[in-house]
Amino acid sequence: MSAPAIGTTKTAHSDVAPKKKRGPGALATAYLVIYNVVMTAGWLVIAVGLVRAYLVRGSYHGLYFSIEKPLKFFQTGALLEILHCAVGIVPSSVVLTGFQVLSRVFLTWAVTHSVREVQSEDSVLLFVSAWTITEIIRYSFYTFSLLNHLPYLIKWARYTFFLVLYPMGVTGELLTIYAALPYVQKTGLYSVTLPNKYNFSFDYYTFLILTMVSYIPLFPQLYFHMMRQRKKVLAHVEEYKTE
Amino acid sequence: MKLNGAFWPSSKTLCLAQTHHLSSPREHTLSQAVVFFEVEILDAKTKDKLCFLDKVRPLHKYYPQWYAARQSIRLDPKGKSLKDEDVLQHLPVGTTATFYFRDLGAQISWVTVFLTEYGGPLLLYLMFYFRVPFIYAPKYDFTTSKHWVVHLACMCHSFHYLKRLLETLFVHRFSHGTMPLRNIFKNCTYYWGFAAWMAYYINHPLYTPPTIYGEQQVRIALIIFLFCQVGNFSIHIALRNLRPPGSKTRKIPYPTKNPFTWIFLLVSCPNYTYELGSWFGFTLMTQCLPVAFFTAVGFIQMTVWAKGKHRSYLKEFRDYPPLRSPILPFVL
Repeated sequence: MSAPAIGTTKTAHSDVAPKKKRGPGALATAYLVIYNVVMTAGWLVIAVGLVRAYLVRGSYHGLYFSIEKPLKFFQTGALLEILHCAVGIVPSSVVLTGFQVLSRVFLTWAVTHSVREVQSEDSVLLFVSAWTITEIIRYSFYTFSLLNHLPYLIKWARYTFFLVLYPMGVTGELLTIYAALPYVQKTGLYSVTLPNKYNFSFDYYTFLILTMVSYIPLFPQLYFHMMRQRKKVLAHVEEYKTE
Repeated sequence: MKLNGAFWPSSKTLCLAQTHHLSSPREHTLSQAVVFFEVEILDAKTKDKLCFLDKVRPLHKYYPQWYAARQSIRLDPKGKSLKDEDVLQHLPVGTTATFYFRDLGAQISWVTVFLTEYGGPLLLYLMFYFRVPFIYAPKYDFTTSKHWVVHLACMCHSFHYLKRLLETLFVHRFSHGTMPLRNIFKNCTYYWGFAAWMAYYINHPLYTPPTIYGEQQVRIALIIFLFCQVGNFSIHIALRNLRPPGSKTRKIPYPTKNPFTWIFLLVSCPNYTYELGSWFGFTLMTQCLPVAFFTAVGFIQMTVWAKGKHRSYLKEFRDYPPLRSPILPFVL
């Protein structure tokens, strides 16, 4: 079996490295390295911001406000990753990456930002911390991979931390959406009712409930996929430790 | 590939060879020069030689569940399936022929799929039109809309799906008899889901008829719709006539005496062009956003199909008319 080219993989949920030799060109690699370094730095800023705010306030509550802007900026910036896949400099599925990034962006903007009342909920801290740690590891993983100097520790962390962070993040996300429900229903946020001249209606409240329900089939699939990846990647450890 | 011979149905690959005089008992055996082929059966994955035959027996004698439609026989494990019409003697094999078998999974006939996926929208729409209970508020049960465009839309929608059902039964000539079973679930979800979604709004008590250009808009939309329905039907007939009954020949379609087929000059798949036109007309007629979504999604899917068909036309026919586009003249 040919050795997978780890350096060019950049999938959100799958690191089954393609067997093809051609990865991004030199220019694309340079760009991707810069992109991943910037993202790593950005999420580190968020991490530091959270810690500092905690130390200053002395409590876990309301830490969202101290990192609101960098969170929005760097999480939204991840949309570029869809472009990377579409253009081909990253060998991942556009659909899978798109789904992953859009769901994060949805939570950041369409739930947390839009429904002010949930911003002070503790569930927000739960998913923000999960995302922060995950992203710092993930982006540094990609950075090192692109430079072909991936420390085993980073690889191990990437494929191990998710075991806790994934459920943690999902819990935070679900609790946040749940907390937003009453306000959405009361204000009719993002909803369209009949009659109207385009004969269309949309109930955001129902949509959010359906979103929550969708976690039931989706989360286990993604989680077990990562577990299978873990077995595969960490099992080949001896081959890749030196390169 | 019909070798009267055996198709060993294992999930393994199967290698066949055949003796000349066993190729088809009904065929005349040729002269006395008997050419013997041998069959060896290999596992597609491990390439182990499972067995070696110098006589061939019918496949379903051993494994009745692997009926012919599920069999995919190919010369290369990853290659294309051989066709039923392929004759062993004309294939690039030596005296020992090696074939690979793949189980295509449970199959269902195209006719069955089409009838189910089109029958659903026909019935569902009517349920919404007649305002069957549990859809809208109880006070509206079994009432009818006061807008004439709603009646018109019901007639058009029903006509469209009735036409499709009749074409499936009497017009279309299918290249493949079957498709994978899971397709019926996918296809029905799509058609039935969208039909219900559209029908819900068009037949809603709070439906708002077209306001932008009112009656004139509906009239123009109806003309477009009918024109494209006739066009679509004309193309289906023209395509049917390209292919003699029972055959699977493929020819380049050309304009006929019917003016609706003159579009073949500019487009490879005018059936899709007309279909898009019909739904565009229906969107205009109902001024309903879900209908617009359905039209858009259908357009995307049909464009993908048209491009594929166009490409295979180009590959298959050296003299394919260069002026034609896949689905939209000059544009797409």
